[in-house]
Amino acid sequence: MATATPTAGTGPVKEGSAGSARGPARKPGRTFRPRTLVLTAVAWLLAALFLAPYLEMIVTALRPADELRDRTYLPDKLDWANFVDVWRESSLGDNLQVTLLVAGGSTILVLLVSLPAAYYTARMRFKGRKWFLLLVLVTQMFQPTALLVGLYREFYQLDMLNSVWTLILTNAAFNLAFAVWILTAYIGSIPQELEEAAMVDGTSRFGAMIKVTLPLALPGVVTAVIFTFISAWNEFVMGLTLSTEPESQPLTVGINNFIGAYTVQWNYLFAASVVAIVPVIILFAFIERHVVSGLTAGSVK
Amino acid sequence: MSLKAPPSPASSRGRGGQPARPAPRSRGGLARLGPLPWIAPVVLLILAVVVWPVIELIRTSFLNISIAGIVRGSAGTDKYRKLFEESDFGHVILWTVLWTVVVVGVTMLVSLGLAQLFNQRFPGRRITRWALIAPWAASVLMTAIGFKWMLNQTAGVLNTLMLDLGIIDKSEDWLGSASTAWPWMMFVAVFVSLPFTTYTLLAGLQTIPGEVYEAARIDGAGPWQTYRGITLPLLRPAFLVGVVINLINVFNSFPIIWAMTQGGPGSDTATTTVFMYKLKETDLAESAAMSVVNFAMVVVLVLIFLKVSRWNEED
Repeated sequence: MATATPTAGTGPVKEGSAGSARGPARKPGRTFRPRTLVLTAVAWLLAALFLAPYLEMIVTALRPADELRDRTYLPDKLDWANFVDVWRESSLGDNLQVTLLVAGGSTILVLLVSLPAAYYTARMRFKGRKWFLLLVLVTQMFQPTALLVGLYREFYQLDMLNSVWTLILTNAAFNLAFAVWILTAYIGSIPQELEEAAMVDGTSRFGAMIKVTLPLALPGVVTAVIFTFISAWNEFVMGLTLSTEPESQPLTVGINNFIGAYTVQWNYLFAASVVAIVPVIILFAFIERHVVSGLTAGSVK
Repeated sequence: MSLKAPPSPASSRGRGGQPARPAPRSRGGLARLGPLPWIAPVVLLILAVVVWPVIELIRTSFLNISIAGIVRGSAGTDKYRKLFEESDFGHVILWTVLWTVVVVGVTMLVSLGLAQLFNQRFPGRRITRWALIAPWAASVLMTAIGFKWMLNQTAGVLNTLMLDLGIIDKSEDWLGSASTAWPWMMFVAVFVSLPFTTYTLLAGLQTIPGEVYEAARIDGAGPWQTYRGITLPLLRPAFLVGVVINLINVFNSFPIIWAMTQGGPGSDTATTTVFMYKLKETDLAESAAMSVVNFAMVVVLVLIFLKVSRWNEED
């Protein structure tokens, strides 16, 4: 790894310089230079290693119960029924429903509150703008884990434990910062003249935001939406603390409860996990590029 | 997931180069209220779900409170004294520091290599990069549970693999004792931190203009010289962001340890967050005191972060 001349892939490379296997202009004869070959092999091996734990989860999810304790890499036969049985024989169906509500609800809430704020922050210079941004930034630094006891006490006193609304509110709040930032960055990159033209035609600022800016900022919106959804979908500690009744806990907590059982039914556990994991990995692949630019804009310039 | 990140404190110039303008005063309705209708919902949500718990947390740490949640008057600083006198407290703090430093250190080093590798051109770069994000997208808890299963003494695939390769003679209970559980949990923590960190460094690498390398090559610099003299210094901002975000995430990392050992045996594999959660079962106020200590450490991290990100230069 860490090989020489780290040029390729970064930016505009106009002339081919000797010494790196780069680019579309590569001549056929040079395609399989040893260096490229080693690079490719290492990269593919690493990719396989990164996927391996998840593949093992899928394999386990397909293991028949009587092969669970076998020291084999692959089971003799595949038991697809695990995927059906786990929902029927446990309360995970309720948990999945909670997770869907919480992830969906908090995503909508995040979008509703962060979009206007991001728009205004990107377009206007106002008193307290700096403080507003600092507040959002600081929120991002305080993770729910650090505030668990405080969160528990607050929602206990409000008599809102075991409520889906509590999880929607908390998940939304802890994901706001990312949404505000990436949306601010996107909206800031859209020329203001477009809106002004619409406003001259009599549209209100809010109307201009919805009709003109929003469609142009769509990649940012999609990224914020998917990112929030995934992060609420995967959330664990707040669900564990703020929901004490099994049927009001999210899927992550429900799956974790399997471990507390006397004998762990690993095949069922992973049949549920696969359902929890695979959709978000696919979703994440869509926003992979944007997430990084959203995360690092401002700091990595 | 993880990434508590410092995206652009809204560059006030917009990327298109237009300066942000002052709010027009002449407009009626919404405009007259200024920023409030636009930013108030965000502020309210933060006040209700982030600021309130902070206050509640500090208040609770000075209370006598029953397990059922009934407040029985003030406890002064008793809970803090009780916490500091816990026999496990010292080593929990020590291990938290070790855990954070080791995991973040290893993550940064490995990510430097990964970023360099995945920045090259090779067949299937796009697909391999997708594979890399799996641990980032998947829930950290699920990944940790997956490793717990793979380390299972009876049928865990990692035990099987190590037996077959002759690395071990008999199947081990890796998570059963602190001395083997710690390295494995650190491994998992590094594993889930790598994608975000690598991507951050990749983003950093992409900001380095190709001409710089061209110039270095013309000057006859060797690969290692180029890397040390050009890549590393120019990668510094991305590297710092990676360090600080990982510090905060790893320090707060709860699901990995909770899923794999629950901090046990005893509190031998607990960090402060796990210890705090265990205390919550017996004494809510003492748990709150632990959180406050935790929180103070996070504040230090945040201050470092603010210094690094230099947020106040933006406005």
